[in-house]
Amino acid sequence: MPSFKIDIVTAERIVYSEDVDEVVAPGVSGQLGILPHHAPLMTTLEAGELVVRKGGQEEIMAISGGFLEVRPDHVIVLADQAERAEEIDISRADEARKRAEDRLKVKQTGMDALRAEAALRRALVRLSVAEKLRRRRKV
Amino acid sequence: MPDIRKVRRRIKSVQNIAKITRAMEMIAASRMRKAQERGLQGRPYAEKIEQVIADLAALPETSLRHPLLQKRDIKKIGVVHITPDRGLCGGLNANLNRQLGNFILKQEVPVEVVAVGRKGRDFSVRSSCSLCAEFTQLSDKPSFIDTLPISNIVIQEYTEGTIDMVYISYAQFITTMVQKPVLHQLLPVQPAEIPGGQNVDYIYEPTAEAVLGNLLPRFVEMEIYHAILESIASEQSARMVAMRSATDSANELIGELTLIYNKARQESITNELLDITGGVVALE
Repeated sequence: MPSFKIDIVTAERIVYSEDVDEVVAPGVSGQLGILPHHAPLMTTLEAGELVVRKGGQEEIMAISGGFLEVRPDHVIVLADQAERAEEIDISRADEARKRAEDRLKVKQTGMDALRAEAALRRALVRLSVAEKLRRRRKV
Repeated sequence: MPDIRKVRRRIKSVQNIAKITRAMEMIAASRMRKAQERGLQGRPYAEKIEQVIADLAALPETSLRHPLLQKRDIKKIGVVHITPDRGLCGGLNANLNRQLGNFILKQEVPVEVVAVGRKGRDFSVRSSCSLCAEFTQLSDKPSFIDTLPISNIVIQEYTEGTIDMVYISYAQFITTMVQKPVLHQLLPVQPAEIPGGQNVDYIYEPTAEAVLGNLLPRFVEMEIYHAILESIASEQSARMVAMRSATDSANELIGELTLIYNKARQESITNELLDITGGVVALE
């Protein structure tokens, strides 16, 4: 089966760089699956889970927004933040979720509410990614 | 004849200085290595984003519609001036500040400074530049998020039209021995020229404008973050070199002083001997 190279980079580091068979990314207009020989594409990503499959194995990553570029030979993800499932600090993510929820309870308008919502989404993504990894380890 | 006790005290104090500068050199060396590594890790992101922007800006329909790409009449210029917080790094701070001073003197329109780092802030205040924001006490290893307030203020001032052009001034890290103060244009964004024939027809989702609109602020943030990393690497390597030469001269000075000390000691011993023999002769 043909594979392609994917680079997931943030401004601070290279998170992931390997040959994979399939990528599922959270695009702004919905989930987005990419297989080899995909047409060139450029899209913005939302906070969500990014899944890469490689030889029957999957790896899940939490990303918080960014860009995805499909080139003829490889795929580049420019993420604002990205973490592999095993790197996620669950207690910190949980705290962040609580903080964001508290902030949302106090009725706010405009930027603050938007920011809190975004923070909440990021925390939820992190938690769900970490949760999935834990469940898989138990099995 | 020099006072022996004073020379001995002097040697002691120079030795202490040498110890301190030696320690500072080693600290700077290890920090420099880390700063360099961080700079390298961010490089792929920087390269990719530059490439994508070049691709996008080359599209005819997106041509310069985004505010961050628009050229305007220049009524006011902003400069992001990135300097270290601390001194003891050779001529680095002086060079950076001189570059900023020369730049401001050459402009025909007012210049506003966004100072990052205490040394640049102090300089701007001293030379009564108009300072629109200052960021000091950034850590030695700032994360991308730490630098966002800086880029936010720049982007905001630019889109509101308070400033019509933004430059960034920082110390470029060339080698451990060489750091060059540079000053280049940040806004409006100048898309890099792409070599012909590499243009790929992309599908843009949702639209090219939306992607570009999201990408450009990121690009500015990234440029600033990158400049800060580079300036940290420069600072540490400049400090390392300065401290090494300080240690060397301290050691040299210790050598000279020891020579003086030994001579003085011998002289005094000789004098004492002469005194004693003189006394013995007088008694006989």
